[in-house]
Amino acid sequence: MTVTTELPEAWQSEPMVPRQYRVVSRRRETHDVVTLALEPLHGRGSPVRPGQFNMLYAFGIGEVPVSISGDPAAAGPIVHSIRAAGLVTRALCDSHPGTVVGLRGPFGTDWGVDTAVGRDLVIVGGGIGLAPLRPVIYSVLANRERYGRVSVLIGARSPADLLYTAELQNWRSRFDLDVRVTVDVAGGTWRGPVGIVTELIPRASFDPRSAIAFVCGPEIMIRFAARSLVDHGLDPANIRVSLERNMKCAIGLCGHCQLGSEFVCRDGPVFTYARVGRLLAIQEV
Amino acid sequence: MGIEPLEVLLRDHPFFRDLDASDIQFIAGCGRNVVFEPGAYLFREGEEADQLFILRHGRVALEIMVPGRGPVVIDTPEEGEVIGFSWLFAPYRWRFDGRALEHVRAVALDGVCLRGKCEDDPKLGYELMKRFASILVRRLQSARLRVIDMYRP
Amino acid sequence: MVSRSRVVIDRGGLQALIAALRSAGYRVIGPTLTAGAIVPGEVAAVDDLPAGWTDEQQGGQYRLRRRDDQALFGYAAGPQSWKQFLFPPRSLLWRANRVDHGETVTEAGGPVDALAFLGVRSCDLAAIRVQDRVFAGDGLVDPGYRARRERVFIVAVTCGTPGGTCFCASMGTGPAVGPGFDLALTELIDGNRHEFCLDVGTDRGEEIIGSVPSRPIEPEDEAAAHRVVEGATARMGRLLEVGGIKELLYRNYQHPRWDDVASRCLACGNCTMVCPTCFCHAVEDASDLGGQTAERWRSWDSCFSLDFARVGTGRVRTSTRSRYRQWLTHKLATWIDQFGTSGCVGCGRCITWCPVGIDITEEVRSIRRTEEA
Repeated sequence: MTVTTELPEAWQSEPMVPRQYRVVSRRRETHDVVTLALEPLHGRGSPVRPGQFNMLYAFGIGEVPVSISGDPAAAGPIVHSIRAAGLVTRALCDSHPGTVVGLRGPFGTDWGVDTAVGRDLVIVGGGIGLAPLRPVIYSVLANRERYGRVSVLIGARSPADLLYTAELQNWRSRFDLDVRVTVDVAGGTWRGPVGIVTELIPRASFDPRSAIAFVCGPEIMIRFAARSLVDHGLDPANIRVSLERNMKCAIGLCGHCQLGSEFVCRDGPVFTYARVGRLLAIQEV
Repeated sequence: MGIEPLEVLLRDHPFFRDLDASDIQFIAGCGRNVVFEPGAYLFREGEEADQLFILRHGRVALEIMVPGRGPVVIDTPEEGEVIGFSWLFAPYRWRFDGRALEHVRAVALDGVCLRGKCEDDPKLGYELMKRFASILVRRLQSARLRVIDMYRP
Repeated sequence: MVSRSRVVIDRGGLQALIAALRSAGYRVIGPTLTAGAIVPGEVAAVDDLPAGWTDEQQGGQYRLRRRDDQALFGYAAGPQSWKQFLFPPRSLLWRANRVDHGETVTEAGGPVDALAFLGVRSCDLAAIRVQDRVFAGDGLVDPGYRARRERVFIVAVTCGTPGGTCFCASMGTGPAVGPGFDLALTELIDGNRHEFCLDVGTDRGEEIIGSVPSRPIEPEDEAAAHRVVEGATARMGRLLEVGGIKELLYRNYQHPRWDDVASRCLACGNCTMVCPTCFCHAVEDASDLGGQTAERWRSWDSCFSLDFARVGTGRVRTSTRSRYRQWLTHKLATWIDQFGTSGCVGCGRCITWCPVGIDITEEVRSIRRTEEA
């Protein structure tokens, strides 16, 4: 993981002023998740790495951190998948092509996909947690031959809550990707597994001595998935987790996102489980 | 592909990993090969539970029929796993429906036969019970985590 | 004290110093007697300072009392620190207007006054150094803080009258003045003598005192100044043992003492408001009713508020136990990992202004005691 130090100059001087971006496309993923593609109104966007996030601003309403979910290598708009949960995310989800939103970023650590070359990869995403992992999958597929076996383990509440279903079909049809999807609740028409995402871990094949895991989802899922990976022989230093906290500044000043001594916005969101595992197990840290 | 003896099929299954060959041979005496087409029921709720299914291929949905909602899938054991514990405890009735989601191949072990062997050979019985318990604990943990409804907004 | 030169001035010299600062364009902010407390306010002359007053402080108690001399700085830290000037309780970050296809930022930051802080006690000077690391340290610099900070002139004062809740000596932040001052005063008062030992810390400090009448320092003055520090150290009201404190607290996230303090703590957040280093803040976006103008404000926030830490599924710290633990552990332990310094300067305000008198030094002591038992 690398910490972004080379922030764009504009942020250095006025880190709290958003730049303006225009919504160029909007795609509904599920009943509460929308994917927006954004383009800067002026100038060029800043390069982002898989795992990093931006602060997205709905005019006059507020600002929220949202991970990038698009292909970091692709030229063109920057892509975010947003789940409508509060006032700001609802306003962002309700935007349409042409709407101007504010954006600050990118911020935070990245997944460090490049440092996993030559290893088996276990990618575990639960719910909206798949969004920040999608850029990892894009990066890996762009250089598939550089990695060993690659498992993508996806959990969702129900089949209707699955993100990126068309792409999932594509990925599942590849022979060089082991994609497994499970849901918590399903009716009779669901033919896949039912159960929590951690149950997919024993079914994936990887070399536990060297595999690198990328885990994102609700914190409780991260805790259980990381423990399960450790039980299967992974070193906690080889398990990378992306955490979530509310953030007001994204630059390590407002204090809201603290987890022990970590500022999730600046020291994270991607951490090794070796670094944060102990804190995740303590109530209400 | 010839028909493999049951003890070979059992020996290669994760559930029986590292069990003594003599024990596997002993257990194989209770078994027979079974096949289910997609949609076929391995068992239905309320029927007499007399079998343990050693899944060799395919996925099975354990379902509860909920009036007005249709079947709700509560678990989906698949290849490498086992289904069916109701034969272990009185009154030996299935609690759920078991429906094949895919082409399913399994070894069905007769419950009465298996119970008898466990009673006669407590050491084997205890070994098998430990294996059943670990599966049940895993399923219980999964059910507990699903009760949390962790993806709830 | 990192001092370039020392001289001695009298009350008239202090008046000349205030005048020199004002004529150099500084608004002079110093201790004033306001609403029954000594708080920073605008000072035009020596007469505006609280001569002959002191304070009595204990857990949950603050009382002003007359001194039997006319000392100008003879009291401990009051309810307000200098934080309010460098990191205002509420400030506008920017204002924007909606125009066709977008918005334009019309205002970011704002004009910043040049301030001279007169009478910054050693603990509060240490607190300024701590906030310098937070807002203008190695990480991303807060431009507003930096702009205000660069325009501040600091006249520090050696603390000669520590209060009942003070423990700067434990934290290594006082009572002698540490680095970061332009000028530093040590009040020398006994019998008929009322003078100040004046230390110069910077070029601009040197410049300002060019017009201030002074006399050379004598060995006897040096000794008197030394006695002020020694006396204050001996009268320190509280003690906090800091050896291995980070590891102590990291080992004790589950200590029963957190439940004990939670049964007393009102989670009112007073401690965070009076703390000279607490930096956590909210960022609030607002708009006019027509949705044409939007603003972003920053305001002090407290880790004692229920909504302070959230994840998608809700609040992270719902118990008072966890919020008090967060505050104390941040102040004394995680702060060290974050900024290479303790977040506590030992000013004692959190003890004095806690409505139920919770004492940070006592809370740490009881955790330490169980480990030693």
